Amino acid sequence: MEIANALALFANFVLVPGTAYGAQLALGALGVTLIFGILRFANFSHGELMSFGTMAVILATWFLQGQGVDISPLPTALLALPAGILVAIAMSLATDRFVFRFYRQKRSNPIVFAIASVGVMFVYAGLVRIVIGPDDQSFADGARFIITAWEFEEMTGLDEGIAIKQSQVVTLVVAVAVMTALFWFLQKTRSGKAMRAYSDNEDLSLLSGINPDRVVMIAWIIAAALATIAGTLYGLDKTYKPFIFLQILLPIFAATILGGIGQPIGAILGGFVVAYSEVMVTYAYKKFLAYLGPADWAPDSLIQLLSTDYKFAVSFLILVAVLLIRPTGIIRGKVIG
Amino acid sequence: MTGGYGGADIIFDCDITVEKSEIAVVVGPNGAGKSTAMKAVFGMLDLREGSVLLDGQDITHMAPQNRVRIGMGFVPQNRNVFVSLTVEENLEMGAFIREDDISETMEQVYHLFPILKEKRNQPAGELSGGQRQQVAVGRALMTQPKLLMLDEPTAGVSPIVMDDLFDRILETAKTGIAILMVEQNARQALEIADHGFVMVQGKNRFIDTGKALLANPEVRRSFLGG
Repeated sequence: MEIANALALFANFVLVPGTAYGAQLALGALGVTLIFGILRFANFSHGELMSFGTMAVILATWFLQGQGVDISPLPTALLALPAGILVAIAMSLATDRFVFRFYRQKRSNPIVFAIASVGVMFVYAGLVRIVIGPDDQSFADGARFIITAWEFEEMTGLDEGIAIKQSQVVTLVVAVAVMTALFWFLQKTRSGKAMRAYSDNEDLSLLSGINPDRVVMIAWIIAAALATIAGTLYGLDKTYKPFIFLQILLPIFAATILGGIGQPIGAILGGFVVAYSEVMVTYAYKKFLAYLGPADWAPDSLIQLLSTDYKFAVSFLILVAVLLIRPTGIIRGKVIG
Repeated sequence: MTGGYGGADIIFDCDITVEKSEIAVVVGPNGAGKSTAMKAVFGMLDLREGSVLLDGQDITHMAPQNRVRIGMGFVPQNRNVFVSLTVEENLEMGAFIREDDISETMEQVYHLFPILKEKRNQPAGELSGGQRQQVAVGRALMTQPKLLMLDEPTAGVSPIVMDDLFDRILETAKTGIAILMVEQNARQALEIADHGFVMVQGKNRFIDTGKALLANPEVRRSFLGG
C-alpha cells in the first residue's frame, strides 16, 4: 500500500504533468526542427510565434464566448484554434515574404537568418503586448478535471490521488493527432516527400524540379500551425503569460538539439526527455521517500534537487551536455555549423 | 562552346555531340574541363560563345530545371541521391515533374537495376557506393529523358562494380536514350563508347569513335598509359 501511495504521488506530480508538458514542448520543437530542416536556420522567433498564435486563439475564444457558443465540457479554445492557426499562418507567411525571402535571395549565411529571426521575435513580442497586453490571460473553460485527486482516492482507497486535468488529456489527444497527421503528410504525400527531399539535398531536389518556394511556404504553414497548437495547449494547461514565451524557447531548443536537428521523431523524443528531466529534477521527493521508508523515517529536507525557479537550468544543462557529447543529437541530425 | 564560371574561360571552342541510343564519353586529364563542359551542356554555367542544341532546338539560354522538363537528365558526381529517402522515394522524386502514371517507368528502372527493386524500401544512404550510383541513374531516368548525362558515374567504386555499372549504362543506351558521360576510367569508358572526346586544357584534342581512340597510338601514350 505504501508503495502504491508513493507511485500515485509520483504519477500525480511528475508523470502526468511531465507528459502534458512534454507533448507541448514536442509540438514546439517540431516547428523549430522543421524550419531548420527546410530553411536551415535556428528560428528564434518560434516562441513568440507560439505566443502570437495563442493570442489570436484567445481573442477568437472571447469572441465565441461572447456569442454564447459553448462546447463544454471541452474548452471553447479548441473551437477557436483553427482561426488562430490561420492568423499565425498569415503572419509567418508575411514575415517570410518581407524578411526571410530577402536573405534567401541574397543567399545569406544561416547566422544572418538566425539574427534576423531574433529581430522578428521582438516584433512579434511587441505586437502581442500591444494587442492583448502584457498581463496573464486565463481562457480555459469547460470541465477542469477528468478525475480529481479526491475521486481517485475514493475509487482506490489510497491516501494519495492522481488528478488528471482535462487540459492534460486534451493536450495529449491533440498532440498525438497532430503528430500522426504530420508524419502521414511527410511520409505519404507527394508534397511531404518533396519537403524531405529538399531538406536532404537541396541541389538534387532542384534538379528534380521541386519548387523551393512552395516547399518553404508549406514549411511556414506547418510551423505556424504547430506553434499555435503548442502555445494554446500550454496556455490551457497553465495560463497564457506573454513573458513565458521567451523562456520556453530554451527547453524547445534543448529538445530540438537533443533529438537531432531536422529530425521530427527526434524533436518529439527530445521534448519528452527535457520535460521529464525538468519536472523530475525540480520535484521535492520528501513525501515520496517517506512512503517508501519505515514509519517516521521522513527526512527533514525537501529532497529537491533544484528549486523550480531554476527549472530552465535543466534545459540549459541538457543543451550543453548534448553539444559537448553528441552534437548530432539522439537521432543523427544536422549540426549547426 | 566557350565559357567558364564568371572569371577566365575554362572551355574553349569545345564541341560535344551525342546521338540517340549512343554513348559519348568525354575523357582527359584532371583539370581539362571535362566536368565543366558537361555543366555547360546542362546550363549550369553561362556560355560566352557557342550554343547547346537538343533535337535541333536551341536551348542555350534555358535554365537547368527547364532542361529537365524537355528531356535532359543529369546525374551529378557527388551527393546524387537523397540519402534519407528510400530507394523508391528517390525514384518518385526523380519523377516529381511528371503528372502522369510513373509506375511503368519505375518498373523499367527496376528491370534495368534489379538490386534496386530488392532494396526499394531501404534508405538510399544505407546502400553501397555502386548501388547508390544505380539509384542516382535510376532517379534521372524517371523523367524519361532523351539525353542522360553522367558525371563520373564510377568515381569511388571498385573495378568489379565499375564493370557492372558500365554494362548497365550500355543497356540503358539500348533503350533509345543518348548518354553523355564524363569518365576518369578512360580505357573502360572508351570501350563502350560510340564516340569519344579527348579534352586537354579546355579544348577538343581528339574526336573519334571509342575504338579508334583506343587504337590511336598518341591517345594511348598520352592518356591511357601506353
